[in-house]
Amino acid sequence: MQRIGVFVCHCGTNIAGTVDVAAVSESLGKEQGVVFSTHYQYMCSQAGQDIIKNAIAEYKLTGIVVCSCSPRMHETTFRKTAAAAGINPYMVEIANIREQCSWVHKDTISGTEKAIILGKAAVAKVNLNAPLTPGETPVTKRALVIGGGIAGIQTALDIADAGFPVDIVEKKPTIGGKMAQLDKTFPTLDCAACILTPKMVDVAQNDKIRIFSYSEVTSVKGFVGNFDVTIKRKARYVKEDVCTGCGACTEKCPQKKVPNEFNLGMDNRRAIYIPFAQAVPKVATIDPDYCMMLKTGKCGVCSKVCTAGAIDYKAKDEYVEEKYGAIVVATGFNPISMDKFDEFAYSQSKDVITSLEFERLTNAAGPTQGKLLRPSDGEHPHTIVFVQCVGSRCDSCSEKGKEYCSKICCMYTAKHAMLTRDKYPDTDVYVFYIDVRTPGKNFDEFYRRAVEEYGVHYIKGMVGKVSPEGKKLMVQASDLIAGKQLHIEADLVVLAAAIEPDKSARPLATMLTASMDTNDFFTEAHPKLRPVESPTAGVFLSGACQGPKDIPETVSQAGAAAAKVIGLLCKDKLTGNPCVAHSDEMMCNGCSTCEKVCPYGAITYVDKEFRMPDRTTRVRRVAQVNEAVCQGCGCCTVACPSGAMDLKGFAGKQIMAEVDAICR
Amino acid sequence: MADMERKREQILRISGVNPRKCMRCGKCTATCPSYDEMEYHPHEFVYMVETGEIEPLLKSESLYKCLSCMACVERCPRGVEPGKLVEAIRLVAVREKGGDRITANDIPALLDDEMPQQAIVTAFRKYQK
Amino acid sequence: MSMKNIENNNETYRPLIVAFCCNWCSYAGADLAGNNRLAYPADVKIIRVPCSCRVNPTFILRAFQRGADGVIICGCHPGDCHYTSGNYYTRRRMSLMFSMLDYLGIERERTRVEWVSAAEGAKFAATMNDFCETVAKLGKNKRLEDLRCKQ
Repeated sequence: MQRIGVFVCHCGTNIAGTVDVAAVSESLGKEQGVVFSTHYQYMCSQAGQDIIKNAIAEYKLTGIVVCSCSPRMHETTFRKTAAAAGINPYMVEIANIREQCSWVHKDTISGTEKAIILGKAAVAKVNLNAPLTPGETPVTKRALVIGGGIAGIQTALDIADAGFPVDIVEKKPTIGGKMAQLDKTFPTLDCAACILTPKMVDVAQNDKIRIFSYSEVTSVKGFVGNFDVTIKRKARYVKEDVCTGCGACTEKCPQKKVPNEFNLGMDNRRAIYIPFAQAVPKVATIDPDYCMMLKTGKCGVCSKVCTAGAIDYKAKDEYVEEKYGAIVVATGFNPISMDKFDEFAYSQSKDVITSLEFERLTNAAGPTQGKLLRPSDGEHPHTIVFVQCVGSRCDSCSEKGKEYCSKICCMYTAKHAMLTRDKYPDTDVYVFYIDVRTPGKNFDEFYRRAVEEYGVHYIKGMVGKVSPEGKKLMVQASDLIAGKQLHIEADLVVLAAAIEPDKSARPLATMLTASMDTNDFFTEAHPKLRPVESPTAGVFLSGACQGPKDIPETVSQAGAAAAKVIGLLCKDKLTGNPCVAHSDEMMCNGCSTCEKVCPYGAITYVDKEFRMPDRTTRVRRVAQVNEAVCQGCGCCTVACPSGAMDLKGFAGKQIMAEVDAICR
Repeated sequence: MADMERKREQILRISGVNPRKCMRCGKCTATCPSYDEMEYHPHEFVYMVETGEIEPLLKSESLYKCLSCMACVERCPRGVEPGKLVEAIRLVAVREKGGDRITANDIPALLDDEMPQQAIVTAFRKYQK
Repeated sequence: MSMKNIENNNETYRPLIVAFCCNWCSYAGADLAGNNRLAYPADVKIIRVPCSCRVNPTFILRAFQRGADGVIICGCHPGDCHYTSGNYYTRRRMSLMFSMLDYLGIERERTRVEWVSAAEGAKFAATMNDFCETVAKLGKNKRLEDLRCKQ
């Protein structure tokens, strides 16, 4: 028989304004098992918690019901209070009479009535509660970072700095991500490579960090502290530990007509390639779609010129299995496809390019060695039109674009415009904008400099149509402030394409059971208070996979994610959730139904000896729950045909008692 | 005033357009092929309907300069569909004029070999005023 | 129209509605409805379960036996289940359960499965308003009520 104490909180006037708390307290005091009932202004305050502690001692309480705000808010608080007063924390139940009662019902009579019923349900449940002890699980002190862009690099470096081993999985042959493709960075105009490549070298030289480049995560099992991850190492046909990165093969390969994805297809590379000079790891990779040796078996030039003997045409995909305590997602972004925007003639003219292509055109390591030349004829463009918000800020039903603001375009367009005017003062630069959005340290100053010092023509309006005519691009646009329609003869049109999460993010989210929003950005555990954690314990978010971000923001989020990972890996043991499934072996008939529905594979069957009444022993096949793996969803409890399976903390009897209390 | 409000409601109902969705980018106006002919331009139509300035629009020649090419509808990033708004305002203006449109009886007299039938039909619909 | 009739006939009649909400999405959605002060009838009494798949059909039978007028089960949207696949089981189990209840004479409108995410406070309140109204129109549930279960 339980001795239950009921504590009704006023929450100032939040609850007491609508609910007659004294009546609730009095009514619940008459319930079965209740030996003490009171109400107080703020139960969660120190004084309120003291009332609970004193009552536990005075009335020798074995269970507690707190009628207050949502258990999502203060369940932990009151469990700690109970534990401090010497009773099991899982003997506490919360009746949610704020969020689900006083705040949504205006009428005092019906509000009070409902509060009493909710309290009765909680009392009925506590009557059947049993003390629970959470199991402890060890923590694998190794972190996995998925994605090797600046977000992943910074997270890995910070975690390694705290002394924990980290693995980076990158699907491309090199780490570096989008930042490696950029020329300069706003608002300071540092050269992107100059600030990124030292970090890439740090990663390569750090003995705590392993890089799995040209690899993908194919399966994730387990839970916080104990993830089992399978990594597919795609065959690169070059032995990573043997290749010296001399590049002889990449010069001799006869297959010269492979579009170079690092330069967004604006020039060609060989079938065996190193993406760029500062690649990490600096190892060649054979592109199986173009290599003649792999396709027809006739060639083998690279293997002949390789003095290190690193080429291996017979290489196969390999699978690595590794255990991790924490996983950081840093899968990043891509510009959206411009194929659906016919009005800008992107697919008709080579001289209509995206901003990322413009980055490559102005990059010293790019296809034009940093000279700004038209992709079509290699001539210097004299009139350049930048179009903002291409595919950003579209209608929610739009099939072409995205509903959100891509956040980085205003700033990089100002940068492009400024750099162009700086290097080529004879160029006319027009920027068509809807709004110029520059919130950030030194951002608006940067944009104003583009206008005031560099004479970039910022025009409020949008480009409606781009039509190639001869060597020129006819741009038809509106100038909303002058109330004019403009016709500009341009040499080059640059589209600020919206950015979207990388396509690999969706299947990854499914593997991680991490939730995503409708745009495939990962959702955070709390938009304000837990911005780098995913709702799934042990999974953290870094960079643009969570939302559009510029480099400074990405780096700070990467550091924050690393801090959270370090906080987790520092622990030797994690206390689990004690509300796990439990099978009554005497009732189990060994049918395996529960094993099939369990999403975690937490149930196994064992043959066990049972003593019969006639003193013989019999071997029966019964279900056993691995409490460390069980997450407590309760799916098995419903599937079990014999009613042997039950969920601690949410037992069938307890929920039934709640139903009874509500329907009384 | 109440009359204008009623007309505004009517225009919104016929067109199905919600002018509040407009983010004032001006892509409709940028894309309009009869820009030079028009007194009010697609984005102004949207803005003026939103603010309730219906009167000048109903009187404007722009209504009949619109080619109904629907380029603005196609290109609008916010799905506002200014072209449909112009159509609706034209319809309201035509309904208002009522009697002075050509009637079916007038058509045989206008027909000759030179005149394309489509032109008569179009005139029947919108130009006769 | 019929809503008014019922109110006229029996002004004190309010339906009794039991809502099972999963801890991760719908219960949080109900909390959000509270945070935003989005009103819905006090007839709805929420029971927190870890996942919608924890809802045993016997709980629903028990609720109807005990005189509940409607039962609603809320879970995460398909694909968003905190436990990966729990709500898929709910969907299948409940479609069978509801058709059986229908056979027993419990109208289909008295039972419902809804997906409400943690961000959908407005949807939660709207769903509850709609469900209460629908059940109120049907009037009191007498079909499965078991007097032996009444105290």
